[in-house]
Amino acid sequence: MSENHSSDLATDRAHAVDRAGSCGCSGDSGVSRRGFVAGAGTLVTMTLATGVVLIAPAQSKPVDEPASPDVRWGLLVDTSKCEAGCSACVDACREEQGWEGHGRPEQNPQWIRKVDLKETATGRTFSLPVMCQHCTHPPCVDVCPTGASFKRADGIVLVDRHICIGCRYCMMACPYKARSFVHEDIENQKPHMPRGKGCVEACTLCVHRIDAGGVPACVEKCGGAGTGAMLFGDLNDPNAEISKRIATYATTQIRPDLKLNPGVFYQGL
Amino acid sequence: MSATTKIVYRELDGHSPHFWRVLGGVALFVLAGLMSAFYMEHHGHHVTGMTNQVVWGMPHVFAVFLIVAASGALNIASIGSVFERGLYKPLARLSGLLALCLLAGGLTVLLLDLGRADRLIVAMTHYNFRSIFAWNVLLYSGFFGIVAAYLWTMMSRHGAPFYKPAAFAAFLWRLTLTTGTGSIFGFLVARDAYNAAIMAPMFIAMSFAYGKAIFMLIMVGVYTATGRPLGDVVVTRLQRLMGIVLAATLYFVLVQHLTNLYMEERRAVEAFILTGDTIHTFLFWVVQIGIGGIIPLVLLLHPRLGGSRSASVLASVLIIMGGLAQVYVIIIGGQTYPLTLFPGMEASSQFFDGVVNTYTPTLAEIVLGIGGMGIALALVLVACALLRFLPESLADEVIDPDHVAKIVDMADEAGNAEAAKA
Repeated sequence: MSENHSSDLATDRAHAVDRAGSCGCSGDSGVSRRGFVAGAGTLVTMTLATGVVLIAPAQSKPVDEPASPDVRWGLLVDTSKCEAGCSACVDACREEQGWEGHGRPEQNPQWIRKVDLKETATGRTFSLPVMCQHCTHPPCVDVCPTGASFKRADGIVLVDRHICIGCRYCMMACPYKARSFVHEDIENQKPHMPRGKGCVEACTLCVHRIDAGGVPACVEKCGGAGTGAMLFGDLNDPNAEISKRIATYATTQIRPDLKLNPGVFYQGL
Repeated sequence: MSATTKIVYRELDGHSPHFWRVLGGVALFVLAGLMSAFYMEHHGHHVTGMTNQVVWGMPHVFAVFLIVAASGALNIASIGSVFERGLYKPLARLSGLLALCLLAGGLTVLLLDLGRADRLIVAMTHYNFRSIFAWNVLLYSGFFGIVAAYLWTMMSRHGAPFYKPAAFAAFLWRLTLTTGTGSIFGFLVARDAYNAAIMAPMFIAMSFAYGKAIFMLIMVGVYTATGRPLGDVVVTRLQRLMGIVLAATLYFVLVQHLTNLYMEERRAVEAFILTGDTIHTFLFWVVQIGIGGIIPLVLLLHPRLGGSRSASVLASVLIIMGGLAQVYVIIIGGQTYPLTLFPGMEASSQFFDGVVNTYTPTLAEIVLGIGGMGIALALVLVACALLRFLPESLADEVIDPDHVAKIVDMADEAGNAEAAKA
């Protein structure tokens, strides 16, 4: 687990225990927690000493600070650029978060998927990615009996694997089919994303990258190997590119009639 | 009931070989259920038919059925206490006990089907008060407490002064509880098959029917097996009552589907359930409406079958079959129908967008569900052997020495005749 991510959760949810250990999953068994912390400490000391990284990326959040309510992270997908058959975003997410399947498509986790659409009236076709829509009013958070589904102050909807009991009511409630249940033991997990059999999971908007000042893996890959159809940014910042685009062009959200105000916008849909 | 009549309650003979044989048989189902749960927990839910599309499977069907039936089973006690029908009072202890045991069985299945059943303590210590699920956890816990207190007021001299308040509290609580259970589905805005306020009252009507059917089977079974007298008055009364609540259930089903058919956006899901080519259409029309609705309605309300033990038992079995089918169609049918993410568009993806999902339950899931029923039955048997829940006799002359039932029936008939003349 990255230090950024674990610290966020500790701050946001007052959980200071190790997520990977608590959720019963194996994590990255090759590196012990103590060893990792010691190594990271050495690295930090060395880099500070040389003055190489004294200036952090502009948007990175100090690890001991909670997420800011002044920010609303969101995505904009330009469907005119998103090509059917391109799965760069899905591949990037799978690689980043390590959620490869076990050969059972209906039970495999799917944090992000490409959906091909055909408008019934006109025959026009689209292709677009669908992931957790990080709603302002997430039904998954409302229905979760233990509060394991929660929304950070910056709009990112996450699952606290410490207290997820695997009831799957959030999956029943999500209009976007964005959540997956882990049906079996998991191995070779990513250190920043501990997962566990019997818990529910979904797109985290790459919260570990965002807190480090980066962008979600899907957006990064879409801009590289993909078609540049995805844009990430702060919806609350009128000067952010995403806000300007949404203000300029007609965009929509999936099922806006439900009034959940998703943080993912689609252009050209 | 005559003021001089005293109902004598007596434990089941817990030392008889017959009792142990029955209990042993039931225990095997419980054991099989627990082993299934362990198998599912150990391997993960990939050994079930549940998927990321159909996330609630057979364990939920059994669990919801049992939980709904639990609150309905309590109504027989409520009719005696809240509605002052003396003929039902001798049945009140068994009614309360059955309610507790069915709820325990249902909740056990629900718990053992959790992805992290080991986190029971988390579920009990972390509450999100916006969650209808969390409300239900409180409603279930409260139900145990209130019904236990209600039983205490019936079975203990010290509790007797609190009988009425406990009876009213239990009645109101059970209505609230089933409202909560129905609302688990009623509050799901995203799914076309649910998201309707009628789910709550429909679940209450369903609970009356299921609970009374199970009560009838347990009562006839225990009294027949132990040779205790069971008169026609009790059977006839329960028979009619079951007929009425079954008719009420069918009424709510009718209204639910008519309402959905009226709404353009719901017509597709209605067509899927009512006229589709999946198992759900068969289960709805043949098992729920036909076998579990119309046939038992005739068996229960046909004048010539009044008081018939075999008709009552058969009707009860059919209601339970129909009830399981109904809950299956609600829970599984509602999930197999695809979510509408993009109205007016045809959707397809590698994650089964736009297609009817499939669900094939595995043996482990079904055995876990049956194990929950076994738990309920085992608890009833053990409790009846330990404490005085069952009247020694439910013969007509014991529970109705003044022939109140006959007088009421004659008055009804006379009234009907008058009405016919007029």
